[in-house]
Amino acid sequence: MIEIFQEKIRQAAAQRVPLRLRGGGSKDFYGNAPSGELLDTRSYAGVVSYEPTELVVTARCGTSLPSLEAALHEKGQFLPFEPPHFGAEATFGGCVAAGLSGPRRASAGALRDYVLGVKLVDGRGRLLSFGGQVMKNVAGYDLSRLVAGSLGTLGLIVEASLKVLPRPAAEATLRLQRAEARALEAMTGWAGQPLPVSATAWCDGVLSVRLSGAEPAVRAAAGHIGGEPADGSFWAALREQADPFFAGAEPLWRIALPPAAPPLTLEGRQLIEWGGGLRWLKSMAGADRVRDAATRAGGHATLFRAADKSPGAFAPLDAAKLRLHRELKQAFDPAGILNPGRLYREF
Amino acid sequence: MGEALPVAVVAAALREFLPARAVLHEEEDTRPYECDGLTAYRQLPMVVALPETEAQVQRILATCSALGVPVVPRGAGTGLSGGALPPGDGVLLSMAKFMRILSVDPRACTAVVQPGVRNAAISDAAAPHGLYYAPDPSSQIACSIGGNVAENSGGVHCLKYGLTVHNVLRLRGYTVDGEPVEFGSAAPDAAGYDLLALAIGSEGMLAVVTEVTVKLLPKPQSASVIMASFGDVEKAGQAVAAVIGAGIIPAGLEMMDQAATRAVEQFVGAGYDLEAAAILLCESDGTAEEVEDEITRMRAVLQAAGATRMTVSNNEAERLRFWSGRKAAFPAVGRISPDYYCMDGTIPRKRLGEVLNFIAAMEKKYGLRCPNVFHAGDGNLHPLILFDANDPDQLHRTEQFAEEVLEKCVEVGGTITGEHGVGVEKINQMCVQFGTDELELFHAVKRAFDPAGLLNPGKAVPTLARCAEHGRMRVHGGKLPHPELPRF
Repeated sequence: MIEIFQEKIRQAAAQRVPLRLRGGGSKDFYGNAPSGELLDTRSYAGVVSYEPTELVVTARCGTSLPSLEAALHEKGQFLPFEPPHFGAEATFGGCVAAGLSGPRRASAGALRDYVLGVKLVDGRGRLLSFGGQVMKNVAGYDLSRLVAGSLGTLGLIVEASLKVLPRPAAEATLRLQRAEARALEAMTGWAGQPLPVSATAWCDGVLSVRLSGAEPAVRAAAGHIGGEPADGSFWAALREQADPFFAGAEPLWRIALPPAAPPLTLEGRQLIEWGGGLRWLKSMAGADRVRDAATRAGGHATLFRAADKSPGAFAPLDAAKLRLHRELKQAFDPAGILNPGRLYREF
Repeated sequence: MGEALPVAVVAAALREFLPARAVLHEEEDTRPYECDGLTAYRQLPMVVALPETEAQVQRILATCSALGVPVVPRGAGTGLSGGALPPGDGVLLSMAKFMRILSVDPRACTAVVQPGVRNAAISDAAAPHGLYYAPDPSSQIACSIGGNVAENSGGVHCLKYGLTVHNVLRLRGYTVDGEPVEFGSAAPDAAGYDLLALAIGSEGMLAVVTEVTVKLLPKPQSASVIMASFGDVEKAGQAVAAVIGAGIIPAGLEMMDQAATRAVEQFVGAGYDLEAAAILLCESDGTAEEVEDEITRMRAVLQAAGATRMTVSNNEAERLRFWSGRKAAFPAVGRISPDYYCMDGTIPRKRLGEVLNFIAAMEKKYGLRCPNVFHAGDGNLHPLILFDANDPDQLHRTEQFAEEVLEKCVEVGGTITGEHGVGVEKINQMCVQFGTDELELFHAVKRAFDPAGLLNPGKAVPTLARCAEHGRMRVHGGKLPHPELPRF
């Protein structure tokens, strides 16, 4: 199967035909609009190896993400970065290529933090292997992490190895009434204390907190934080953007900020996650205004879901960085055929 | 590259904007820079530059680029793979004067520091706020954060808290032509490719870092460590898997074999069980409730896995004493042998027993002793081959021994370096771990940042020609190419 992908990519490179690498298509909305001849990755599927005591799972790109997570669940483990699926058809390869993380991001780390190795077909159709299945590996540049989140622009991820962790023994969700500024203060305050906080979210005056860990630790922290117990299914709905906040046709912005940044004053509604580090904004405000506000606050704004992505999905790069991006793209994909324009229009 | 420029030309170009004391080229001044922690490789740098400001770093890089002179950045010089081995025809760029902690922000749980700041100094500065910087390489009292970034350093707590790449948020610096760059951000991520991850562990080959933002973590309220004895090393290895299989991620999980504990005990008196074939140090940290719960569960698992003796630290002093032996393992071994060679392979944990038996067989084959200390939780081995460098035959056997062990690590699905880097030391083994296509892409990535190949040239990624030679070397059985090169 890999040979078929390689051949297809080699031919496309020879003929300069753009390819659109795609798994289940659950994240077609993300980034700039995909284009090019379809290369469907789903035919190369399955878990290659999974040994719970090694804390590593290796799977092929077309593996169904929900079924992979179910296999981990069965052994009491999980993907700690809680990747959003955005559809039952989500694949493992698409998950790594998109690089998105869910509610546990602030405490457990992002997808890239769990990437141990990838097998990749580059833009010349070469099958390459970087990293491996071990926790510590500093041989060569860390190209596995570079490829995570690159939206298929550097190569077709045919296989990836991720670190997995045991599921927490106990979890509890609490709900508190807090205005935005006080909620932000509470979230940053908790982050600086040794508390088992595994997720936070604020919207419309309600601050939700999830605690995860050993049962006695969760119980003690719940006493410390206070509030009312709430249903833990809230977090899955938040991760999948099934929460009512995400409904409606206004553009959805994903604004990543230093967690301690003060409230953003932009028109529209906001939902805050990751202890203040992620601010979702539903707003008709102009792209320049949103991006300026994000930059001034020390972060960047992604136009996550919108009918019109003409302002570009991702915050523009400065000249030095754009040059490095182009050079890297050139190194991996000299013919420029892999998901061109999906990340930035310039390459 | 053409003819090397004369010293006087390079020194004069740098003195146009650096004070005379910041440009060294007399041998008595440059001698201290001839090697890093891997002392077997030595090379006098043509010139040493000691900038104090970012603007000076930028001009040094721009000047060297314009002159076509190689530049090698250096932190505290504690690296173990020769990553900061100076260029004989270029400038050693010492970042030692970048020693300021610029800010500690307890609300954001971050610190902004200059690259020459010592790893341990960051935790010291954060301590009044109940925070600390998690990665703790054994050399943490001396090594600098800039060097940690270059090598993606680990430590004894990385199973739970991660490596440098998991704990650094943002880097600021310059590419070799003096262009300012910033990778990552104080926000959870940055737009575009993850250049932060690419820069960390790039061994000073892609950019020179002048400022680092690190993540700080709340200091765990309490910690406790179990010292468990095992009758054979394989059982100890299985016990490691059993702990993890039970859903526990210890804060630290270290193993030492009997040769190592005996060497250490004479040196620091950590209270280790010297009858045990191997001991495990298994640490729990967190709230008092968490630690109590986890220690109980870990004890049960270790018991079931065949621990012959277990001692739990009763207080902080005892916990630190148990760790003191592990942290002093290298100097302790240094006392029982004229020289030692520290390896740094990582393997899948399940192959631990097999690799240990392999190392034992190599001890017999080469007639050299090899105590073992490992970061068992993450499969990172540090076998220490004992030898006498004054005996050329021992030196040669040590080299062969190490090469076989590293290649075994690759064979079982691991890597030739877990945390010390490739540098000049393991450059031949890179040819074993990677194929031509991967190496070619590494070179292409390097060119994206440094088209002329002036920044730390010749390190970390072997040329394809070198690999071809290395391959031939093995075909012809033990005849080394470039016998004039010191090889470890």
